Amino acid sequence: MSHNEFQIHRAKIMTPSFIVLLVLTLIGFALIAVRFIKGIGAVTNMSDGYPWGIWITYDVATGTAIACGGYAMAILIYIRNRMQYHPMIRSAILTSMFGYGLAGFSVMVDVGRPWNAYNFFIPSKWQANSAMFEVAVCVMAYTTVLLLEFLPAVLTTLERTQWKTLQLLLDKLYARMGMERPERIGDRLDKVKDLAAWVKPRLDKVLIFIIVLGITLPTMHQSSLGSLLLIASTKLHPLWYTGFLPLLFLINCIFIGYSIAILESVISSYAFKRPYETKELSGIARIIPWLTVIWLSVVIGDLAWRGQLREAVSFDFYSRFFLLEFCLIAGGSLLMFSGKKRESIRWLFVSAALIVLGGALYRFNVYLIGFNPGKGWHYFPALAELLITVGIVAFEILGYQVIVKILPVLPKLHTRQQHDAEKA
Amino acid sequence: MGKPSRRQFFKIIGATGAALLAGRGAASASEGHQVNNETLGMLYDATKCVGCKACMSACKRVNSDYGSLSYEQAPFDPDGLWDAPQDLSGSTRTLIKLFKESGKKWSYVKYSCMHCQKPSCVSVCPVSAMTRDKVTGIIDYNKNACIGCRYCQIACAFNIPKFQWDKAIPQIVKCDMCKNTNLIKKGITACAETCPVGAITFGKRKELLEEANKRLRENPGKYINKIYGETEVGGTNHLYLSALPFNKLGLPTLKDEAPAEFSEKIQHTIYKGFIAPVALYGTLCFIAIKNMKKGQEVKNSGQEEGHE
Repeated sequence: MSHNEFQIHRAKIMTPSFIVLLVLTLIGFALIAVRFIKGIGAVTNMSDGYPWGIWITYDVATGTAIACGGYAMAILIYIRNRMQYHPMIRSAILTSMFGYGLAGFSVMVDVGRPWNAYNFFIPSKWQANSAMFEVAVCVMAYTTVLLLEFLPAVLTTLERTQWKTLQLLLDKLYARMGMERPERIGDRLDKVKDLAAWVKPRLDKVLIFIIVLGITLPTMHQSSLGSLLLIASTKLHPLWYTGFLPLLFLINCIFIGYSIAILESVISSYAFKRPYETKELSGIARIIPWLTVIWLSVVIGDLAWRGQLREAVSFDFYSRFFLLEFCLIAGGSLLMFSGKKRESIRWLFVSAALIVLGGALYRFNVYLIGFNPGKGWHYFPALAELLITVGIVAFEILGYQVIVKILPVLPKLHTRQQHDAEKA
Repeated sequence: MGKPSRRQFFKIIGATGAALLAGRGAASASEGHQVNNETLGMLYDATKCVGCKACMSACKRVNSDYGSLSYEQAPFDPDGLWDAPQDLSGSTRTLIKLFKESGKKWSYVKYSCMHCQKPSCVSVCPVSAMTRDKVTGIIDYNKNACIGCRYCQIACAFNIPKFQWDKAIPQIVKCDMCKNTNLIKKGITACAETCPVGAITFGKRKELLEEANKRLRENPGKYINKIYGETEVGGTNHLYLSALPFNKLGLPTLKDEAPAEFSEKIQHTIYKGFIAPVALYGTLCFIAIKNMKKGQEVKNSGQEEGHE
């Protein structure tokens, strides 16, 4: 695993989009403060009928699927041995890290008694029957794994850094205070460097075991995100309530993962004015339709077996959302089956976006739209509730923008050309 | 599709499918879960209830400190003279409602925790904050363990657990049969003790079923010929008799199989002995390391000038 495939994107950090995202983030976090002072009811429309709102549905159930880029790419690279995609892994892992870290954070905002969360570490409180227990432990473990997977990028930078900004700052500080700068600080900075250099090769040796753990854990908890709703047999609409929920959620997160890897690459190439990675992307796009075909056949087969096909095309409220989800995924896949369209960045973007939307809508359908606790209950997120989610997403994008500019995350440009040359 | 992911798919398809088939087959037999009729429960007879709500006020009086319950003000009552809950809530564990079909046909109904034999809320709680007492059968809530995830609310087919949405330090509120208050002091729940017309009977499930069957036998035509809760979701300890159809009183029509039976079966099939995850990890490690070694060989033999 070479660290030379990645590079720091040299560009200004303070851009207009940075400011916009920062403002959104601050609004979101201010509202989170209100939630902790006045209670969850003060900022949300959740009720005893709809105890899970947009935070669980989007930030956790959908957000972690969108953060499955790292998982899907790791399967492709390390298990299916497609090393040519390795330059794309770090940006995928970075987005996964933000997605999962912030999903964990929004859970802490969502739960009513977060100070009791330490119970997850007390064996006598463990409750293995609960899919929630499995999800919680697995997500915590996976977030740690993602941090470890990302550590090489940080260590490489630490090793090479000259601490320019820090030195400058210290010089100014000491000059202002009128004191001589002690040598000790330089020594300490060197020690950090030495430590990074000491850790890196050792981490490299065990990294493959951590990476494989990073493939096993999402397999477990993404399926369990589906299992979560297995208990709601009387509340979840029969179009979505099936024993295959865990399997459907698992396949769903993998095709969302590949599609989001395509979207991320296209968007960051566009935003950072880098050449498009058309070749790699069309390679990934070849896998996606096969996954969606499996997924769609399980959905249809299961509906047929349970005798719900008529319900699916009845064009009532639920049926419309089901058909929309189905058409988005099927439409995106049809586009991707065409070899010619896979060569075009525009079509790649459109088809991947359709599949991500359809896949995300599936999760919304299961967690919110198809969920009916009985007569008299209604839910639509409150403005403050939405703004908190927006703030968290804004923080995610903000973090990505900043980190690719200070750490080697994006694929090195000449590496790609080298790959092309090798192939030629 | 490559080899490993295909294998992985089949493993999970197989596991889920097997669980499904097993679930279908065993639904009628339900070997896993057995009804314990020695546990405690209550029988509510809607035909006897006069709607005086004495049970509601007794419940709140007895449990307000321990259960963190408060009085709920009605919009027409600016001085807060009455406790006027609209529904079960973060302040109210039990509630009497009136269902009026016509001038002659109406019935009261009492809502509170059903104390299921195979409770969904206990099955889904990730930190064992919801527990079922093996001896008494009481479903109890421990706020010191609860993380407030509200999965119990999603799980409960009766929509019983309620959350305190307006509090900075919220908790789940539901009937615990006065386990820590009236039951200890007087050996009976506050609502059953207070009821002036004997609409609420407290006792062992076995005795309650006998009593209910006796009333059905002795009063032909008076009741719907069914004890609600006898078989619903695997049996509940809170039982109902009524003259009007139960679903009209807001008691949902439910299957006899407990939802938790099915979900636990799938969860157990996938995670039995933690074998499947470990096997998956082992297999993936094997493949990944083999790939890595192959990659290094290619690199070493191919180009010597390569990095590192």
